Amino acid sequence: MDYFIELFFSGLTRGSIYALIALGYTMVYGIIGLINFAHGEIYMIGAFTALIVSTVLSIFGLPLPAIIILTLLASAIWSASYGYTVEKIAYQPLRNAPRLSPLISAIGMSMFLQNYVLLAQTSDFLPFPALIPDFAFMEPYASTIGSSDLVILVTTAVVMLLLTWLIKFTRTGKAMRATAQDRKMAMLVGINVDNVISITFIIGSALAAIGGLLIAAHIGQINFYIGFVAGIKAFTAAVLGGIGSIPGAVLGSFILGLTEAFATGYVSSDYEDVFAFSLLVLILIFRPSGLLGKATIEKV
Amino acid sequence: MEPLLNITGLTMDFGGIRALDHLDLSVQQGKIVALIGPNGAGKTTFFNCLTGIYKPTSGDLLLTPPGRETSRLNGLKPNRVTQHGLARTFQNIRLFPNMTVLENVMIGRHCRTRAKILGAIFRNRKTVQEEKEIVALSLSILKKIGLYDMHDEFAKNLPYGAQRRLEIARALATDPLLLLLDEPAAGMNPQETSELDELITAIRDDGLSILLIEHDMKLVMSLSDHIFVMDYGKKIAEGDPKSIRNNPEVIKAYLGEDIDDA
Ligand SMILES: Nc1ncnc2c1ncn2[C@@H]1O[C@H](COP(=O)(O)OP(=O)(O)O)[C@@H](O)[C@H]1O
Ligand SMILES: [Mg+2]
Repeated sequence: MDYFIELFFSGLTRGSIYALIALGYTMVYGIIGLINFAHGEIYMIGAFTALIVSTVLSIFGLPLPAIIILTLLASAIWSASYGYTVEKIAYQPLRNAPRLSPLISAIGMSMFLQNYVLLAQTSDFLPFPALIPDFAFMEPYASTIGSSDLVILVTTAVVMLLLTWLIKFTRTGKAMRATAQDRKMAMLVGINVDNVISITFIIGSALAAIGGLLIAAHIGQINFYIGFVAGIKAFTAAVLGGIGSIPGAVLGSFILGLTEAFATGYVSSDYEDVFAFSLLVLILIFRPSGLLGKATIEKV
Repeated sequence: MEPLLNITGLTMDFGGIRALDHLDLSVQQGKIVALIGPNGAGKTTFFNCLTGIYKPTSGDLLLTPPGRETSRLNGLKPNRVTQHGLARTFQNIRLFPNMTVLENVMIGRHCRTRAKILGAIFRNRKTVQEEKEIVALSLSILKKIGLYDMHDEFAKNLPYGAQRRLEIARALATDPLLLLLDEPAAGMNPQETSELDELITAIRDDGLSILLIEHDMKLVMSLSDHIFVMDYGKKIAEGDPKSIRNNPEVIKAYLGEDIDDA
C-alpha cells in the first residue's frame, strides 16, 4: 500500500509538470488553432534561465527563499519574452496562410531554439542546484512524498487557480475566451486579437518556465533536449484531455502522469512510454476529440 | 449637413469577380437606411468591406461623427473600425456560444475600457470600479432589449429570436454611432419581427443611425427613412420607401416578384 501511495504521488508530480506545459499547448491551440511545436523549447529555456539566475544569485549569497522567488520570476519573464517573440516572428506573419505553413514554421522554431541552446550552452547534462530544501515537517512522510513533490503540487495548484480566475473573471480572460470561440467576431466587437494572442503566448510560456524550473530542481539536471521529450508528453496529455480545453489539459496531464508512474512502478520504466501512448490511442479511438474536447464544428 | 457615413466608388474584386462595383452610398445621422437587393447582390460583402473584414479594392469610406473630424475607415482592422463607432450583427448568428448572455454584452465594452491585466491581478480601485460600471451598463442594455431575466444563461441556450436580440445588445455595448444589421429578421416569426421593428425604432430614437440589410419588405418599408437597392454589386436605385416600391428597375431586379411580400 505504501508503495502504491508513493507511486501515486510521483504520478501527481509528473502530472503537475505536464499540466504546466500542456496548458500552453492547449491555450494556443484554442486561440489560433496552431500546435506550437516550439513550446517544449520554451520550457527548456525556462529551466536554463533558472539554472543561470539561481547560480548567479547564490554567488551573491542571497537567502534561499529569495533565490527561489527571484529565479521563478526571472525564468517566467524570460521564457515569456521568448514565447512572445516566437509568435511575432514565426506565426503572426503566417496568420492567414494555409494551416500547414505555421506548423512547419513551429517545427523550424523548435529546432532553432534547441540548437541555439546547444551551441550557446553545451550538449552535456548540467547539474541543477537543489533549490527546494528538505522540509523538517515532511520528515515523517519522506518515504512516500518528498519536499520537492509537495512544492510542485502546491505551486501547480496555486497557478491553476490563478489561471482559472484570470480566464473566468477578468477582462483579458473574457477577451481570450471570445477570441477562442470566434476570432472574427471578437475583432468586430473591438477586441485587439493580436494582443490577445500575444498574451496567450506570454501566459503559456510563463507557465512552462515554472514547470521547467520545478522539474529541474526536482530531478537535478538539465540539457538542451529536455524540452523535446517533455513537450511531446505534455502535448499528448493535451490531446488526451481534448486539445483546446483547459480543464482537459489538466485532466489529461494527471491521467498521463499517473499512468506512467504506475507503469514504471509495477511493470518497468522501459514500458512507461508504451503505456502512455497506448492510453492515448485507446482514448482517441473511443473519443476522437479527447476526454473533454468538443467535437469540432467547422466555422464559416 | 455632412452625412455620418459617406461611401464613394466602393469596389471589391474577388479574383475575377467584381462583387461591388463603384458603389456610392451615404447615411445621414439619426436615420434608418435600408440596403436591399436579391441574394448574391453583394450586400453582405458591402458590410464586410465597411467593417474591415475585407480590404476594398478601391473607393473611400468616410465617417463624420456629429461635430467631429472626418476619418477614413479604409484599410483599418475590424477592432479599429468598431472603436470608430461602427457595430454590426451577422446574417447567421455569431454569438459567443459558451459565454453567458451578460458576458456576451460585457465583451462589447472591451474596446471602450482600458483596464490592464496587472490591474486585474492586483485589484486596484480603478479596475474594480470599471468592472462594476461595465456590469451595470451591460445589465441596463439587457433590460432595454428585454433579456435581463436570461442574463446568466449561456448564449447558446437562448431561443432563436432572443439570440438575434442579444447580437444587437452586444453591438450596442460597443457604443456605436452606426449600427449595421444584416438580415436581423431572418427566421423570425411575425411576433418576433414586430418586436424587432419596435426595438430598431427605439434605438434610432436614442440617436443612433442604422444601416439595415433586410429581405422582409414589410419591415423595410415601415422602418426606413431611405432605401438603397443593389443588384450585381451595383446600386440600381435609391429613394424613400414609396418611390422604391414603384420603381420599375427594382421590380425587375426582383424578377417581377411583388415586393410587398418578397
Ligand atoms: N470571400 C469571397 N470570395 C469570393 N467571392 C465572394 C466572397 N465573398 C462574397 N463573394 C461573392 O460576392 C457576391 C455577393 O455575395 P454577398 O455579399 O454574400 O451577397 P448578399 O449578401 O447580397 O446576398 C457573391 O457572388 C459571392 O459569391
Ligand atoms: Mg447576405
